[in-house]
Amino acid sequence: MSQTVEQVQGVIQKRYAAGFTTDIESDMMRPGLDEEIVAMISAKKNEPEWMLEWRLKAYRHWLTMPTPNWAHLKIPAIDFQALHYYASPKQKNRPKSLDEVDPKLLETFDRLGVPLHERARLAGVAVDAVFDSVSVGTTFQKELKEAGVIFCSMSEALQEHPELVREYIGSVVPHTDNYFAALNSAVFSDGSFVYLPKDTICPMELSTYFRINARDTGQFERTLIIAEPGSKVSYLEGCTAPMRDENQLHAAVVELVALEKAQIKYSTVQNWYPGDENGKGGIYNFVTKRGDCRGDDSRISWTQVETGSAITWKYPSCIMRGERSAGEFYSVALTHNHQQADTGTKMIHLGKDSTSKIISKGISAGRSNNSYRGLVRVAKKATNVRNYTQCDSLLIGKTCGAHTFPYIEAANASAKVEHEATTSRIGEDQLFYCRSRGLDEEEAVALIVDGFCKEVFKELPMEFAVEAKALLEISLEGSVG
Amino acid sequence: MLKIKDLHVSVDDQEILKGLSLEVGEGELHAVMGPNGSGKSTLGYTLAGREDYEVTSGSIEFEGEDMVEMEPNERAAAGVFLAFQYPVEIPGVNNAYFLRAALNAQRKARGEEEVDGVNFLKMVRASLTELEMDESLLKRAVNEGFSGGEKKRNEIVQMAVLQPKLAILDETDSGLDIDALKLVADGINRLRDGKRSFVVITHYQRLLDYLTPDKVHVLSDGRIVESGGPELAHRLEAEGYGHLERASA
Repeated sequence: MSQTVEQVQGVIQKRYAAGFTTDIESDMMRPGLDEEIVAMISAKKNEPEWMLEWRLKAYRHWLTMPTPNWAHLKIPAIDFQALHYYASPKQKNRPKSLDEVDPKLLETFDRLGVPLHERARLAGVAVDAVFDSVSVGTTFQKELKEAGVIFCSMSEALQEHPELVREYIGSVVPHTDNYFAALNSAVFSDGSFVYLPKDTICPMELSTYFRINARDTGQFERTLIIAEPGSKVSYLEGCTAPMRDENQLHAAVVELVALEKAQIKYSTVQNWYPGDENGKGGIYNFVTKRGDCRGDDSRISWTQVETGSAITWKYPSCIMRGERSAGEFYSVALTHNHQQADTGTKMIHLGKDSTSKIISKGISAGRSNNSYRGLVRVAKKATNVRNYTQCDSLLIGKTCGAHTFPYIEAANASAKVEHEATTSRIGEDQLFYCRSRGLDEEEAVALIVDGFCKEVFKELPMEFAVEAKALLEISLEGSVG
Repeated sequence: MLKIKDLHVSVDDQEILKGLSLEVGEGELHAVMGPNGSGKSTLGYTLAGREDYEVTSGSIEFEGEDMVEMEPNERAAAGVFLAFQYPVEIPGVNNAYFLRAALNAQRKARGEEEVDGVNFLKMVRASLTELEMDESLLKRAVNEGFSGGEKKRNEIVQMAVLQPKLAILDETDSGLDIDALKLVADGINRLRDGKRSFVVITHYQRLLDYLTPDKVHVLSDGRIVESGGPELAHRLEAEGYGHLERASA
């Protein structure tokens, strides 16, 4: 390798530090999607019969659906028959404890800053680590069990708590919901499962770290969080993938159920590989996330920091079914180079006196396109609904785009729906002011962007707010000048 | 300290400074006065290194070094400070955080150790008290929602913390009431230690009543047309700039 190539690669590596590959033997199913593959996945996981039938129903429905094309995105056609739907690191037996996990896997998560072994674990955060299609281990299982909290992989939940999974899976996002949700329902491989019994306050942050490693694979995780009346939990997910020239598909479904007076806070720091500066490679992040405020006085809050992926298509939403229930959505979406993002939320008000709040911050740089798409719907019987939406876009440079698509459907006249939107370019004035005080150009941009995102960052758990800030700075490198 | 020779500066291909020369020695305070549109703010921006203010000929030397090719942040680290006529708002960025980031960026560039949070707070608090500003200002976003007077005083707080060798004050007096004007003047005077130099750009003589400049220069149509002692400022106050405009017309 010539020195210049090495130098250039060094720079790129710095920009996407999670871009390394783990050299580990993979147990991979043949590519392609058909009923046999669906059955193979289900068999691999030793699933109950009803689960397989549910998957097949979803698969058959998916076959009838057209690919969605309403988003402000240019999505190249995906060859679903060329993908592998299941890949797992080769292990002799399923490890019983983290001590038995392949050291290569532990090392991978170490490098990603998510140490799993006893000594170095993140204090106060329980982590479920998902590598390609399977969970490799969950920390603090014992401590959580003592508190009555179930936190495990979806595969484990299907073995240990099938009745809970059966009751709730698909109850928030049915398999008929949309194209990618149907696909996920057919082929999902792993994900996290959280159950909080009545009046249980989860003693620590729960977190799942998703890692795509294998080539030509899709990752289809399924996460389900159930909060019984009076319980409370804060959950965070992080995601990375190696740098590869081809695009990879990530189509997840996340379902949250909050019963009476329960509270779920769900935060995402999404840093999938965004592709190189010419738009080659990167993850397609097509995700359906929805929370159901099923009980009165329940509350669901989404916070997302989206800096990665070649294409992001994602609308974490809340259904305010209970009276006085509350939904929140805080989002920072940053696009650079050739990245595209169409993201936002849906706030569906069914219950009386329910409230929702949307704070969206879009940052576009390079040749990227960043769209906010948000729906606020008020049902006929939902009286005294309140919504506040604030949607700000920041442009860096002159070749990027920011778009806002707000939809408001109010069927009850007592609803109060507020929408504020601004678009601004990082001002020469602001940059010069910062630089005249001693900050270099990149420090100045990072500072201005950090200020712009403040309202969202303060919603993140402390450790992750720091990480999110650092991530934005790295993602913005080379965006000016 | 500062030597400007035959400086020509264009903005958008329009020449604003047309052969300006000025020398400011160590510890001196010079006032630059002149009518609107004479190039006063252009002088301030050019010294601080604003992009789009293109030096087409002439030179700027700061402590014997050519400054024209230096980046704005390099000039700041070298000890040049510009108090803005219109301080810029940076929403969401905490005032104290901003100032400490600036101070430490400068110190790092000079190879000095960074200042920790405790010592930094001590430095800022002292300046705040002197300028009769509330400490809550530190927690607010940079200049956001500040009154005109607060913004100007905040510039002086920044100057006091950053301790530049050369401070350029661009119409810091405009928009201040008499009490605030006196506080700002006191703030400047406290920093006059016989070594630090000042270029005070102003339209009016009233700030100079408190500052006693070593020299007063009159800027007209991009050039310094007259220089003298403090008495020149008084004469301009009495006579106005009218005669200059007639002369250059």
